[in-house]
Amino acid sequence: MSFNELQLKGVSRHFANPAGARVLALSELTVTVPRGEFVALLGPSGCGKTTALNCIAGLLPLSSGSIWLDELRIDVLPSEKRGFGMVFQNYALFPHMTVRRNVGFGLRMRGVATAQAERRVTRALELVQLTGHEDKLPGQLSGGQQQRVALARAIVIEPPLVLMDEPLSNLDAKLRLEMRAEIRRIHRELGRATIYVTHDQDEALSLADRIIVMQDGVVQQIAVPAEIYAQPANLDVARFMGYRNVLELDVMQASGSAVVVGRDGLRLEGVAKQPVRRRAVAAIRPEDFMVEESTVNLIDGRIEAVEYCGRDSLVDVRTASGVLLHARMPASAALGEAVRISVPPERVLVYPAAAA
Amino acid sequence: MGTFILIVPAVIFMLLFFIYPFLYGLVLSFQPAQGDWLANYAKFFADSHLWRTLNTTFNLALPVTIINVALALPIAFRMRHKSRYQRWVTTILVVPITLGTVLIAEGMLAYLGPKGWLSQALQFVHLYDGPIRLTHNYWGVLLSLVISGFPFAFLLILSYITGIDPVLERAAATLGASPWNRFRHIYLPLLAPGLAITFCLAFVQAFSVFPSAVLVGAPAGSTRVISLAAYEAAFEQYDYPMASAVAMIMGFAQLAVVVAVLALRRGFYRGPVAGGKG
Repeated sequence: MSFNELQLKGVSRHFANPAGARVLALSELTVTVPRGEFVALLGPSGCGKTTALNCIAGLLPLSSGSIWLDELRIDVLPSEKRGFGMVFQNYALFPHMTVRRNVGFGLRMRGVATAQAERRVTRALELVQLTGHEDKLPGQLSGGQQQRVALARAIVIEPPLVLMDEPLSNLDAKLRLEMRAEIRRIHRELGRATIYVTHDQDEALSLADRIIVMQDGVVQQIAVPAEIYAQPANLDVARFMGYRNVLELDVMQASGSAVVVGRDGLRLEGVAKQPVRRRAVAAIRPEDFMVEESTVNLIDGRIEAVEYCGRDSLVDVRTASGVLLHARMPASAALGEAVRISVPPERVLVYPAAAA
Repeated sequence: MGTFILIVPAVIFMLLFFIYPFLYGLVLSFQPAQGDWLANYAKFFADSHLWRTLNTTFNLALPVTIINVALALPIAFRMRHKSRYQRWVTTILVVPITLGTVLIAEGMLAYLGPKGWLSQALQFVHLYDGPIRLTHNYWGVLLSLVISGFPFAFLLILSYITGIDPVLERAAATLGASPWNRFRHIYLPLLAPGLAITFCLAFVQAFSVFPSAVLVGAPAGSTRVISLAAYEAAFEQYDYPMASAVAMIMGFAQLAVVVAVLALRRGFYRGPVAGGKG
């Protein structure tokens, strides 16, 4: 089954909570995914990303909106008629079937002839590098191998769209990196669309062609990884993407997007991502601070805590006015040391202060 | 040593209330009032009035067990998802377990007897004017055993079904399996060992039928079950050795079925019923 694009139009889903009130889990998700694209749904737990995936898979009915595969409306079809491959967070391998039968299950349900099914299963297992484990039960495999079986089972049916629900979250750090590369490679080889749910920003940045950041069921930003990383659309996205320094400051000057914010002796030149009025919030990544001398955005302070990370250290710097900043500094940074750090104005993102 | 002390109370309990009475009965059964040591068993299998009770009991217990398991499986399957009405339906279905056979028998006599409400209602609307015989015969006992045995089978199967990770079914659905295929290829194989256990327990329960065979059955004829034969030997003829022999035969008949079913169970997958590393 070939297609050109998957379209989600205003897909929404609400639940009734135990008290009977309506809870919006997913609100008006509208996006078009062309063939071959790898899209990551990124957000903290409970942000609605898995709800969105389940809606696409047909495991949850939509409350409103529609889903289209080119001209075919699919949100009205049951899961088994959509033909998408799905990889579940805990793999959901059938415990009573061997690896071969697990992978072949989708083909069997489609009535593919035995000989041909056999060939396709063998090829899928080659693709995930599991040749030689065909006759084992899932319980006899390691977590990484189970993950590969789940992947093979989802792609052997040659789905137009592969859906993945945090497939790497149960693996250890090393295996996660390996499988990440593996997933990327398989996606390229198959040339189909993949929608990948994760709460791990590194995973999303490294895997995806495009990232959809979600929060409280609402899409916050849809953009390529570089843009999400460098130009978060709002404070929530910035916070989630690792802008750990969030400073509430007063707006001292504003001309276009160039603004100056400050308070209590702290003065920062920055870039406003949204129009700001009197009060604003500046978001800065720890890794954007520099120790080298600079002429703008100089901050004096004293190192209050050092977290050694190997190549560098994550340090807490207390400024003269008492503000605590998180910064990455050379590993030589020592506790109690007086430091002067700076940050380039284009790396100080200024957002309007929350209306509170 | 520590663990040994922990099992002592259980061992003493088993010895006192199960092993000892069992061995006592076994030995007693080989000490007939007259004749050699096997005389009681010889008498049982020679007297058609006695050995027929074995057939009668099987004829009741096997269909009852099959009906109970076959009825409980689809209903429990429908109840596998937590829902608002799941609790209510489960409660209603399980109530008969608390009633006891005697109360059920009384209810059946009132509703289903020749002058019962069902019969009167049917005659009133002229749906069926003939006599309705649902009590004091084979059907009465069968019905009573289904009423009292069903909740038991239902609860057991429900607990086995809810133990199966529902994400497996969802995975099967995304792979193109229709609802029937999901039941057939995912639930049924994973349930099979549990169904075998349920079958065994339901069978043993039905096989030892006693009160309802008297109250709603025909204890002199079509529902003269084996426990009645043991009762008569013990408390009407005061032949305890004979009663013990009948009880032993009853026990071994149950054991034979249980062993056969569990042997079948060895052919099924019996591993974990979750889909991942958990």
